[in-house]
Amino acid sequence: MPNREIDIAYRVKYLSILDQEGQIDQELDPHLPGELLLKFYRAMVLARRFDERMLILQRQGKIGTFAPIKGQEAQIGAAAALLPEDWIVPSFREAPVELWRGKPMERMLLYYSGYSEGGRIQEGLNMLPVSVPVGSQMTHAVGIALGMQYRDQKSVAATFFGDGATSQGDFHEALNFASVYRLPVIFLCQNNHWAISLPRSRQTNSATLAQKAIAYDMPGVQVDGNDVLAVYCAVKEAAKRCRAGDGPTLIEMVTYRLSMHTTADDPKKYRTEQEVAEWEKRDPITRFEKYLTERQILGEGQIRATAEEIKTQIASAESRWQEIMAKGIDPLDMFDHAYAELTPSLLDQKEIVARELEEKK
Amino acid sequence: MAKMNMVQALNLALRQEMEKDDRVILLGEDIGVDGGVFRVTDGLLDTFGPKRVLDTPLAESAIAGCSIGMAVYGLRPVAEIQFSGFSYYAFHQMEAHASRMRPRSQGRYTVPMVLRAPYGGGVRALEHHSESREIYWAHTPGLKMVIPSTPRLARALLVSAIRDPDPVVFYEPKAVYRAFREEVPEEEETFPIGKSRVARPGGDITLISYGASLMPTLEAATELSEKDGVECEVIDLLSLSPLDDQLFVESVKKTGRAVVVHEAHATYGAGAEVIARIVEKALLYLEAPVSRATGFDIVIPLYQREKDYLPGVPRILKAVRQTLAF
Ligand SMILES: Cc1ncc(C[n+]2csc(CCOP(=O)(O)OP(=O)(O)O)c2C)c(N)n1
Ligand SMILES: [Mg+2]
Repeated sequence: MPNREIDIAYRVKYLSILDQEGQIDQELDPHLPGELLLKFYRAMVLARRFDERMLILQRQGKIGTFAPIKGQEAQIGAAAALLPEDWIVPSFREAPVELWRGKPMERMLLYYSGYSEGGRIQEGLNMLPVSVPVGSQMTHAVGIALGMQYRDQKSVAATFFGDGATSQGDFHEALNFASVYRLPVIFLCQNNHWAISLPRSRQTNSATLAQKAIAYDMPGVQVDGNDVLAVYCAVKEAAKRCRAGDGPTLIEMVTYRLSMHTTADDPKKYRTEQEVAEWEKRDPITRFEKYLTERQILGEGQIRATAEEIKTQIASAESRWQEIMAKGIDPLDMFDHAYAELTPSLLDQKEIVARELEEKK
Repeated sequence: MAKMNMVQALNLALRQEMEKDDRVILLGEDIGVDGGVFRVTDGLLDTFGPKRVLDTPLAESAIAGCSIGMAVYGLRPVAEIQFSGFSYYAFHQMEAHASRMRPRSQGRYTVPMVLRAPYGGGVRALEHHSESREIYWAHTPGLKMVIPSTPRLARALLVSAIRDPDPVVFYEPKAVYRAFREEVPEEEETFPIGKSRVARPGGDITLISYGASLMPTLEAATELSEKDGVECEVIDLLSLSPLDDQLFVESVKKTGRAVVVHEAHATYGAGAEVIARIVEKALLYLEAPVSRATGFDIVIPLYQREKDYLPGVPRILKAVRQTLAF
């Protein structure tokens, strides 16, 4: 029978544990300890408040363009499901993950206020810098995973990217490599429904982004990306597969960018306020707070105390940021990390700038 | 004549060429509904519809590659790359195919396409949004590389680029996009690709620049005239490839001195080629070494240090005064 169907048995799973009303699916409840749940809660609120604060600072001209994360805070569930030795290769809308991993807020402020010093990543933190060219970072995670496999290390390389990034050839190349070599990679697609003005529906004709995994013979899972528990569980599961040597997983986190693409963008040009309002009802923090409150893991007093604490935390990061700037950062630092050693002509060029700065005084 | 900034002037060029020639089709990220992140294509989707203004998926290689196919098929695609810093995904298509289709098919196929991209620093942008790496394209045989400096020239050059029988990479200085307005005639105007122009006449020294760097170069020329009584002849290259060396060589023969200004990295930048041509064609007229005021050989820094990196008026003044004092 030369004209027959090839039976590909793969299906895409969809996972949602905590619905938008804050109701938990009893069977899927991972029964995480209250302490961990509170950590999730705090991390999400911190990410939201920091994002709001950055937006104010941007509007005041104190920092430059950045990509707000409002609505996508449940991404911390992915970072929480990983171990510190696991690597994270982010795109540019993962500030919550950066915070979860302990990147100091003052350094993030420095970066967005135009100082390269802000790009520094502290020793011991297995995370690459923000990556702006869409789709370009996923192969780096694959390379890190190749290293892990070579060194026989049972760790994971997790990489974040948006729905738009799945249109780039690099995305497919990364999936293919990871699958061919059966590498410990977790591909974390934040499907926030928009790539600037292009809606998800016009980015690809596929019904889901998760199904792109099928072509590479790896599991593709779609999760409610506004449900921190679902995100956590899906990534935990994928990490288990990685550590067992069972290869990569593609996880599509279905979420929504409630804010503008970047502070230079005007979403009114391309989407309705009604659509945004619909998604506000599915806010990842609101539902989680409701759930924790109903479970009496979180009380009114604690909500207020957490809010206060976070306010202070952000304010003190801001003063540290201000102090660093007030102390002054050497403008010549732009030459500092060009190469391991400055070339003779770069030394000359550095000298030119030094003289120019002297003359400007 | 209406006064327009460069964004409006480019929009006019696209609109008029689309009206005149149904082969002209636009494609790129966010160019339709959003009108382009810089609004260069604003309103064109409404006028010409989604068959002629394509909001593409996010894939620069496909944007360039499809443009090549469309051009071979007989259309006149004008592709937008949102920022030149993301054009490298398209580079392979342009280098391997757009630039070679004519010779490889022995003239049977041609690629009359335009690849537009905003480039350059000075607008407090994020990483990868401020590069000035035009030389990658200018160094590639088979591609033309054009950079306008004013609204009126941008309009005229874009019209010429669209009508050109070969692939043209068209960099738009985003620092100039909304910097000033200029009279732009409603009636058709073109500017020949491969020609430069005198932006300011003078007899004492020749300043050669292009794109966004022309603004500080002209500013420096004004200051030198007012403070030093020095008259600079400012040449605006406009086309880096093909490079019109006649105008600046003639100017240097007259002045005997020259400074090249560009924000791109110094090493192997446009200045290196310009100086080589001067050495080849006007060496015996030189009264001083030709010098450069350029960006440095490092990645353009984040915005706090941009000003220290870019060749501003002080760096240009210094280079000119040193060249004069030689
Ligand atoms: C290669 C490349 N092309 C274009 C851009 C400009 N750009 C920045 S973000 C973006 C949309 C990205 O959409 P998506 O992948 O869904 O991520 P999101 O911004 O929604 O988080 C575009 C077109 C870029 N940064 N890199
Ligand atoms: Mg998106």
